[in-house]
Amino acid sequence: MIKFDAVSKRYPGGHEALNNINFHIEKGEIAFLTGHSGAGKSTLLKLIMQMEKASSGQVFVNNQNLNRLSKRQLPYFRRNIGLVFQDHQLLFDRSVFENVALPLQIAGFDSREAARRVSAALDKVGLLKKENQNPIALSGGEQQRVGIARAVVNKPALLLADEPTGNLDPFLSGEIMELFEEFNRVGVSILIASHDLSLIAKLQHRTLTLDHGRMMQGTSKPAITDI
Amino acid sequence: MAASPKATKRKKPHIVDKPKRSKHVKSGVLSGLLRNHQHVAVDSLDRLFSTAGASILTWAMIAIAVALPLFLFLVLQNLQQFGSNIDEATQISIYMELDTSETELLAVQNSLNSHPTISSTNLISQSQALEEFQALSGFGDVLSGLNENPLPAVIVVTPNSGFLNQVRALVEELGSLNKVDSVQYDFDWLQRLDEILNLAQRLTLMLGVLLAFGVALVVGNTVRLAIENRRDEIVVVKLVGGTNSYVARPFLYTGLWYGVGGGLLATVLVMSAQLVMQGPVSQLAGLYDGDFVLIKLGLSDIFNVLLLCGFLGWFGAWLSVLRHLRTIEPK
Repeated sequence: MIKFDAVSKRYPGGHEALNNINFHIEKGEIAFLTGHSGAGKSTLLKLIMQMEKASSGQVFVNNQNLNRLSKRQLPYFRRNIGLVFQDHQLLFDRSVFENVALPLQIAGFDSREAARRVSAALDKVGLLKKENQNPIALSGGEQQRVGIARAVVNKPALLLADEPTGNLDPFLSGEIMELFEEFNRVGVSILIASHDLSLIAKLQHRTLTLDHGRMMQGTSKPAITDI
Repeated sequence: MAASPKATKRKKPHIVDKPKRSKHVKSGVLSGLLRNHQHVAVDSLDRLFSTAGASILTWAMIAIAVALPLFLFLVLQNLQQFGSNIDEATQISIYMELDTSETELLAVQNSLNSHPTISSTNLISQSQALEEFQALSGFGDVLSGLNENPLPAVIVVTPNSGFLNQVRALVEELGSLNKVDSVQYDFDWLQRLDEILNLAQRLTLMLGVLLAFGVALVVGNTVRLAIENRRDEIVVVKLVGGTNSYVARPFLYTGLWYGVGGGLLATVLVMSAQLVMQGPVSQLAGLYDGDFVLIKLGLSDIFNVLLLCGFLGWFGAWLSVLRHLRTIEPK
């Protein structure tokens, strides 16, 4: 699902955020991406989302070489990836329902089909009863769950999460992780960037560790067998 | 009954899960786009009304900028019409030589009557002229003391063309006729009016173009603020796969509504001005000649104004979008 092939990223000014990264996450796999802050986790996710371009090497998502992705194709490419942010990035000028419906609106779904999917997504994260509220009225954990509902409402094959539990207490974090595992069980590939090591250790999924822009070997539970 | 096959056709893809999705997305591209346009058009208008205070200010600004040249344009049209009315009404007076006989006068009048650019003639004989002068001037007694009539016979000619150059040619032709002493026709002031109107028209056009740019810039700046206000939304929309045109659309519609609203207000302003002016203008016109009708803003004019203003608003928004939207990228 995600394949990095000798990928490096150097920012203007010479800072090398990623150095010769190689890994492969299979379809249907769930994995953690960890490392100290500044290790390159965010940069790695940005390369997958094409918010940044690799300086060298190749990134493949769903067998598509992102180096060959044109500017015009970029929005359509992103529609296949669900993205969960640390600060959830909800829009406070609209209801929970409308927040979750946004990706469907963009993809041009008709309102009835969209409503059906939004309800299903909100039901899955347990917030169906709050669909008409403004997200600002929700707790941090609930807001993050709305963010997750928005990320999965379009049924993406890949879900990326950037520190999804960064602002949550351990109990809420556990709940969020359970949600991710549930989506993974129905076939969604998931990559979660997190520095919450205790949580990662508890969950026993494959872990990719970055250190100063390099991928550390042998830190994952199931060893990194790929490239 | 007729509706039932349609209904089943529609429902069918909902039963099968997998192919439905791809089919839905493919066939729905156009209708999805249409739906989005509809939604965005209504939503952006909604937003303008929800911030009515600020929107009205912008609308008023546009309205004034549009109403000014529009009003001037209308005034000019009316003056032009007024000028051409005078053209038609203006008569040429031919003063005959004093020794012209009655038969000679009639012969000249007859030949003028068949002239292609003359619509009518009126002969005022020497004695008629004298009577008129006596009656109107109050110098009757002085004139009766003279033993010869000092007034010439006059043929008053009404040209059938209002065009200045044709009238001028006619005047020259008449002046060269036998027994004609002099020809009087005051077209100098008409020509001046014509030139002044031409100049005023140019100025109005220039003003209009300038103010049109002003409208586009006002809308552009207002839309820039709207873009700034919705920066977070733009970032999120781009991250979940919104295309550039999807992101731009609400702002383009905002510009369109600013333009159309401003245009609408401008026509209301101009029509109110018409209403205020109507009374005095028709009174003034009555003093000259009866058939002057005030040219007003017609339905097609209003339509054109709205179209133009809508375009200007859209264009201003587009400039703003081009400049500011592309700089907002998720980081």
